[in-house]
Amino acid sequence: MLNSKITIINFILLGSIMLSCEEFLPSEPMESELLDGPIEDLTQAQSAQFLSGDIAFNDELFHSRNGLGPLFVATSCVSCHAGDGKGLPSTSLTRFGQIDSTGNKFLHLGGPQLQNRALPGYTPENIPEGATYSVFTPPAVTGLGFLQYVTDADILALADPEDLDGDGISGVPNWDYIRDFTIPSADAIIRNGKYIHRFGKKASVYDLLEQTVDAYNQDMGITSIFDPKDTYSGLAIDPEVSKQTIRDVVFYLETLKAPIPRNQKDPQVQFGKNIFTQIQCASCHMPKMKTGYAPIEALSYKTFHPYTDLLLHDMGTELDDGYTEGSALISEWRTAPLWGLGLSSDSQGGKYYLMHDGRARSIEEAILLHGGEAENSKNQYVGLDQSEKDDLIKFLESL
Amino acid sequence: MKKLITLLLLSIAGIVQAQIDPTLLQNTKIDSTQQRLNMDAVYDRPFLNLGKSPVSVGGYMEANWQYMGTEGVTEGHEFQMRRMTLFVSSSIGKKLKFMSEIEFEEGGNKIVIEFASLDVEFHPLVNLRGGIIMNPIGAFNQNHDGPKWEFTDRPISATQMLPATWSTAGFGLFGKTYKDKWMLGYELYLTGGFDNTVIDNDQNKTYLAASKANFTRFEESASGTPLTTAKIAVRHNDFGEIGLSYMGGIYTTFEDGGEEVDEKRRLNVFALDYNHTLPKWKTYITGEWGWINVDIPNNYTQQYGNKQHGGFLDIVQPIISKKMLGWENASLNLGCRLEFVDWNVGTFKETGYNIGDHLWSVMPAISFRPSQQTVFRLNYRIQQQTDVHDNPAEKTGGFSLGLSTYF
Repeated sequence: MLNSKITIINFILLGSIMLSCEEFLPSEPMESELLDGPIEDLTQAQSAQFLSGDIAFNDELFHSRNGLGPLFVATSCVSCHAGDGKGLPSTSLTRFGQIDSTGNKFLHLGGPQLQNRALPGYTPENIPEGATYSVFTPPAVTGLGFLQYVTDADILALADPEDLDGDGISGVPNWDYIRDFTIPSADAIIRNGKYIHRFGKKASVYDLLEQTVDAYNQDMGITSIFDPKDTYSGLAIDPEVSKQTIRDVVFYLETLKAPIPRNQKDPQVQFGKNIFTQIQCASCHMPKMKTGYAPIEALSYKTFHPYTDLLLHDMGTELDDGYTEGSALISEWRTAPLWGLGLSSDSQGGKYYLMHDGRARSIEEAILLHGGEAENSKNQYVGLDQSEKDDLIKFLESL
Repeated sequence: MKKLITLLLLSIAGIVQAQIDPTLLQNTKIDSTQQRLNMDAVYDRPFLNLGKSPVSVGGYMEANWQYMGTEGVTEGHEFQMRRMTLFVSSSIGKKLKFMSEIEFEEGGNKIVIEFASLDVEFHPLVNLRGGIIMNPIGAFNQNHDGPKWEFTDRPISATQMLPATWSTAGFGLFGKTYKDKWMLGYELYLTGGFDNTVIDNDQNKTYLAASKANFTRFEESASGTPLTTAKIAVRHNDFGEIGLSYMGGIYTTFEDGGEEVDEKRRLNVFALDYNHTLPKWKTYITGEWGWINVDIPNNYTQQYGNKQHGGFLDIVQPIISKKMLGWENASLNLGCRLEFVDWNVGTFKETGYNIGDHLWSVMPAISFRPSQQTVFRLNYRIQQQTDVHDNPAEKTGGFSLGLSTYF
């Protein structure tokens, strides 16, 4: 009788554990503390495609048997974009061989991207003699769909190549040719056969399809139907990733949510926001943009807050590596979106590696590296008292 | 292979059905919790003898329910038949014994011969073993039967890092000697080895266990050179058993068709294991720690580390040992497993900062043994794991409830 009671009590206890076990699991971090996750209002079918892209981006790891290399930079997307955030110097890539808008003169020697790693038995590339180069740390990949669907007209309206308003800030788009497989947007503005490009540190990439195809090919040595050229042999080979996977990853990148600002009611953050505008940071790091029509309804005609103008600006001699892409000058860089800046260290090993190559080890150091068109803003920052500087940094960390 | 094994099993089933009289089946009772040396584990299993037949059969099974989650994401309720393992052994003749272990996982989709060897005794200190051998690196690889453990999961360091259930074809010697309270054993084998998948795999890290997927290792060594495995173990009745083991060899296919296609690259594995039962409290302590060094090309991705280390420590305390619920020799135990693995020991070339890719885990457990051959166990895992960049650790936790029994 006693045994039966003990047995029944045990089963009730185990049943209770099974039913309530979710209460004992590690809780989910706050949404605003994470960069990953989809935008709102996706349909069920779109959510399924987002998940397919998520798996390809975050879970698919390449090796020699599924196409890696033989020359490569990384073995997966997530290797460089942990948590969809910025990467570190250890995951950076090197581009070489172009000094002006006449194009890359080292394509026959492996340019523009250095594949500095190789499968065992193969020899990786080295930077050819005479080629200038620049090192790029991986950017965060969140909110890219919003940037994708800003109209060319809106980008062009922000440009001021002749500095007609006399604020010392010009800003120009990166005009370049598009790839064979690229389908330009319906509202594309064309000049001399060239289109406005918007992604990448030099704004040299037209859209997320081009970015994805290039990352598979140049970063991982994975050929696709869009770009079947093997970086080792230089010959066209069978696709190593399916067209559908490429499409899924593009969709994933398009529909990753925009970073969610934090502590927006904190008075220090609000003071910092005012200072950001006062010292003309906002002239390039535009706080607000809007999308035009997008085939994904959840991205159509939306206002968002990227803190970029998607234009190229002369950043001065200190950031001039002597290398460029598209029509950008060697001293010109695309305004980096500041959204998600405060979460950078969560994907950079608890530290900051800012600017195009991670040389800035803090937000302040990044500000002080600004020159050229941003020289005036930097000087105004230097002139702030310490509490104002702290407020500004606090605001930037809240993005 | 599957057909062959199916035929073998059908043959055994046929014998058992032909000998339907249950009095002919004799249970060879062995208390699997009574440790001898870890190297004796393959001899230390309960078997069923078929009358006077020299063939013995046995095995064990493990089934679980688990509910695990990582920071709000969960697979929900998971009901798992982890594995069923069959042992078949035969005393072929005087000082000649064949033993085997066939494991079925994934509902029978994965069938592996983990162990199948002929032991020939020339002297207690000189025995020849040949066939498919469980390389004696650490203790868990040779002593991994589910019913022996109070935890539903196998130790991460033992299964994935060292790795456990790593077996290869080869030959070697083993032996054992006793004096008073002391016991000394050794093993030395030459076998087939690892392959390039150690640093070219779908785990994105140096992962010795990736070579387990290469079944050609039972036919040829990827490098064309032998893998050497050696272990020495000492036991004192009052202080327990300590084992030191080494496994090493060239893992790269450096020649193909007579042409040099890669460098000769070595891997070396060292392990230290210990187990003891404290006589006063019957507290059982067991653990092992392993160190791995792998020669990796200088220009290879830093995702693949050239050094790894990790291990586990289990502490199990029987709290009630008496007749319970009608079982004569039942026991109720509390236990805890501590685990740590650093998959990539070192610093980044570019920054000098620590490379992450490590995990630690604490797993408290309650187990109930109606007999020493059967265990019901409830565990809760608390785990934190960093990525290679040493970003904030990902937290995993959850319950698992399982049963495991010899049969």
